[in-house]
Formats: sequence, C-alpha cells, structure tokens
Amino acid sequence: MTAPEGSEKMPERRQFLADLLRGAGAAAVGGLAWAGFLDGKKAYPTVLRPPGAVKEEKFLALCTKCGLCAEACPYKALVIAKPGDERPVGTPYFTMRENPCRMCRDIPCAVACPTGALDSSLMRDKDEQGRDKLNINLAKVGLAVIDRETCIAYWGIQCDACYRVCPVIDKALTVEKTVNDRTGKHAILAPVVHSEHCTGCGVCERACVTKKASIFVLPVHIAMGESSDRYVRGWDEKDEQRIEDVSEETKTVTPRSEKSALEYLNKDGF
Amino acid sequence: MKDLVVRNRYLILRRFSQISILAFFIGANRYGWKVLKGNLSNSRLFDTVPLTDPFALLQLTATGNIASREALIGGALIFVFFAVVGGRAFCSWVCPLNMITDLANRLRRVLPAKAGISLRMDRNVRYWAAGLAFVLSAVLGIAAFEWISPISILHRGLIFGMGAGWTAIVAVFLFDLLLVPHGFCGHVCPLGAFYSLAGKFSFIRVRHLKDNCTQCMQCIEHCPEQQVLPMVGIASSFVTSGECTNCAKCIDVCRDHAMKLGFRTGKL
Ligand code: SF4
Ligand code: SF4
Ligand code: SF4
Repeated sequence: MTAPEGSEKMPERRQFLADLLRGAGAAAVGGLAWAGFLDGKKAYPTVLRPPGAVKEEKFLALCTKCGLCAEACPYKALVIAKPGDERPVGTPYFTMRENPCRMCRDIPCAVACPTGALDSSLMRDKDEQGRDKLNINLAKVGLAVIDRETCIAYWGIQCDACYRVCPVIDKALTVEKTVNDRTGKHAILAPVVHSEHCTGCGVCERACVTKKASIFVLPVHIAMGESSDRYVRGWDEKDEQRIEDVSEETKTVTPRSEKSALEYLNKDGF
Repeated sequence: MKDLVVRNRYLILRRFSQISILAFFIGANRYGWKVLKGNLSNSRLFDTVPLTDPFALLQLTATGNIASREALIGGALIFVFFAVVGGRAFCSWVCPLNMITDLANRLRRVLPAKAGISLRMDRNVRYWAAGLAFVLSAVLGIAAFEWISPISILHRGLIFGMGAGWTAIVAVFLFDLLLVPHGFCGHVCPLGAFYSLAGKFSFIRVRHLKDNCTQCMQCIEHCPEQQVLPMVGIASSFVTSGECTNCAKCIDVCRDHAMKLGFRTGKL
C-alpha cells in the first residue's frame, strides 16, 4: 500500500466507532425491554415474607433467591415463588391458609439467610439475665385482619378457633364480650386483633372455620391506616407531649384551605 | 464400548459433575442432605462453607445494598477458585443449562440439512449484556440478570419446582437449535461473559500440540467457542482466551492426541 499511514487508520477507527455506536444502540433497546420486563415483576404488594424480612424494596435487592430459608423451615411453610405464582420469582413467601408460620423460637429461616434479606437482629432482645436472645414475638410477617361480616363469632355464634390457636393468645388476639342486641339475652364473644402483639404468623387464618377465612394476614402497611400528626390522643400522656413540637402552621393545602376561612364562607353563601 | 467411553471421557466427567451438584442440591431440599444446601446463587457446603455467585453479588452491590459478610466471603471463594484454577469451567462443569444447550447443538449437528437457520450474532453481545445487568441493577434496585436468568429458572426449578419456567428453558433450547448455533452460552449469557473475564488468567488450560495435529479440524468443528482455537495446526500453545469453557470437547474429539489439558505454568 502506498497510502500514508493516517488515511489508512481512519476507516478503521471509523469502523470501530460505528461498531461501538451500533452496539450501544442495540444495548439501549435491549436494556429498555429488559427493564420494562423487570418493572412488572418487581413488587407484589400483598406478598408475606419470612420473619425478619427487611423492607420489601430492600428485600428484593438483597434476596438472592437461594431458598435456604425455605429449606431451613422445619414445617416447609415457606414457598419459593415459581414462574406463574404471581409473586416475584424465586423469593420466599407464605400461603397462610395452607401452611402458616409456626413462630419457631430459634427462627431457623431468618438465621439461615446468607445475604441479610432476612435480618434476625431485628428480632433480638434481652432475656431476664440480660443476655441477647432471639425473640420471634418481635416478628412482623404481617397483621391479622378480621372481616366482621363473615366471622360467625360476630354473628353471635360461639367460635373461638382463632383465639385458641394464636401463639400469642390474650395479647395478639383477645375475645371481647358484648351484649347480643338482637336476642337481648345472649352474649357476643368476638375476637379482636391487637397490632402491637400480632406477629402475622397466620395460624389463626388456617384455623378459621368459615369457608374462606374471615381472619387473614395482610402485610402491615396494607392492613393499617395512618392517622395524621394533627390528631392527638389527649388521654395519652406520651401522645400529648407531641403537641409541644408541632408547629402552628398548617402545611396541608386543599382547594378549600387555599382561601381564608372568611372568604370561603362568604363566597359559598354560608 | 470402551472406545466410546474413552472418546467421551470428558463429556462423561462433566455430566457427572453437573448432575451430582444438582443431585446434592435436590437432596438437600427433599431429604435434608447437608452436602450442598441452597442453589447456585447462594449455598452452604457441609452446612458451614458459604458459596455465593460472585456475579449475582456484584449486581446486588450495584443496587446500592451491601450483602452480609457471609455472602461476601462466599462470593470471594467462588471467584478466587475460577479466577485462579478453573477459568470459565463453571459454564461447562457446573451450569445445568449447559446440558440443554449442548443437546440443542448436538441435535443441530445430526438433524438433516442442519435444520434451522444459522443467524450470525456478535459474540461480544454477552459483554454488553453483562454491562447492562449492572446498569439495570443500579437503576431498578434489583439484581437485574438474576431476575430473568434462565440458568436460575432451570436450576431453581429443578430444586424447588418449575412452574411456568419451562417456557424459558424451551425458548433457550429452540434459540440454540433453530436460530444461532451456540446461541445462548456462546453469545448472550452475561454470566458466561463474567466468567470469561474472571478466568482470563486461570491455570487449568487446554493446550494444542502442533506436531501431533493432522489438521482434521474436528476440534474447531466441535468447539462451542471456536474463536479461542486460532493456533490449531499452526503453533503449539495454550488456549489463552478466557472464553474457553474448559469443556475439553476438543480433547475428546481429537484422535491424534494434539489436544491436552494442563497447567499454564507447565511445559507445553
Ligand atoms: S419461624 Fe419457623 S415456621 Fe415460621 S417460617 Fe421460620 S422456620 Fe418456618
Ligand atoms: S435465605 Fe435469604 S436470600 Fe435466600 S431465598 Fe431466603 S430470603 Fe432470599
Ligand atoms: S397472626 Fe393470628 S395467630 Fe398469629 S399472632 Fe396474629 S392473631 Fe395470633
């Protein structure tokens, strides 16, 4: 070849750049398709995770889907999601009506997790001697919720199946006695769940005698509402203290609160 | 018969390795065996030594989370083993999907008129895919390849139940059989790309002895990563590319003893 070096290199470099661009373009297309596919797979809001599971978002990042938790469970209660299960594939979950969590004291599932997706330190406290110990009662798999319309105890029929089986009996589940107004001479003995003690183990859901369980576990963030800071329980000393730090200003803006009270009342003809 | 065994000795060893690893995992889940618990993403050897997929671990790290110490140790163990000793041997000696793709490529060879089209695809696609896995992990906050990996789908499926996962495995099989020869493992798989890079300088290597070579080209014909054998018939040398999976297929098919397995440090 007689061509000078420079002009010989150019097409080569151009070729390289073109290849790179083409590759990047293909990668961008592939990446978008991949990302779109994953986004639909990410969260399944009502999935019930093993004891000690960190927040769902973090859990999905940390869980490597090894199944060691499921293998550690002596009751085979944890299921590893298969494609088609409508749960993030490969991750562990409970189906309470079939096989609930038995609240093992040594929490083998959480202890087995190698990645920190299940964090057993979330369920540690001190025993009487001040030694560190695992306490499954601190687990928050979910929260049991009662459908009072189908729970036959609320109808006035005697049933305490869930109450009897609850591993945290008399704390997580109590029975409240009221007069049966319909008959006037009978009692209604109705189960009530207390969120501060319920671990969401689901034993009650399995025990429930109605066709479809009338007590069932939902993830805490779905089962519970959240009252705003503005409302204070005056009868609760600790809650009262909160007012001290609350500012006078209202930050919430609604179409109504946009205008001053007077203007709003006058204009709307009150 | 004896001849058949000798001519397939590495294939037999590989299948033995792949199947027994799988059997230990399945046994752990079904019968509580303690040899290998978990699966290829994360496992425990004899209930004590942690073993973690280093590529999954890197993706996890890209999401901005830090795995436990145990997982990090497990990842380091696997990484060091393949980086120093085995090279890309994970693909041909451990990965269960390899049995599926090997079957597809064997069928492709015996089927009439080499059924299917043979699309050409750039072998570097896998490196783009590996890079994308990190980018997507960082953006989406989940280990991106782990969520769609047909390797995990197959492996986990065999241990914990397959569900609708069969479709993904059949798709990979058909891709290799009908579209791209050695399509998935040789072109697409980001895990293979990861091990190609990780095992670049590993010790166990295939070596070619030019003096024995009769240039029948059977080795190249059967090699899933043909580009790693440019020296055949030309020079005696070790395979230096990290893309060689150490499957030793070339050794099995070479009738002239021109292919051997050895240590890179040793003599040729
Ligand atoms: S606490 Fe016991 S029963 Fe519940 S999931 Fe863990 S191992 Fe299974
Ligand atoms: S042990 Fe941990 S990482 Fe493994 S599947 Fe269970 S939660 Fe996920
Ligand atoms: S889920 Fe049911 S059985 Fe379990 S602690 Fe809560 S109320 Fe008790």
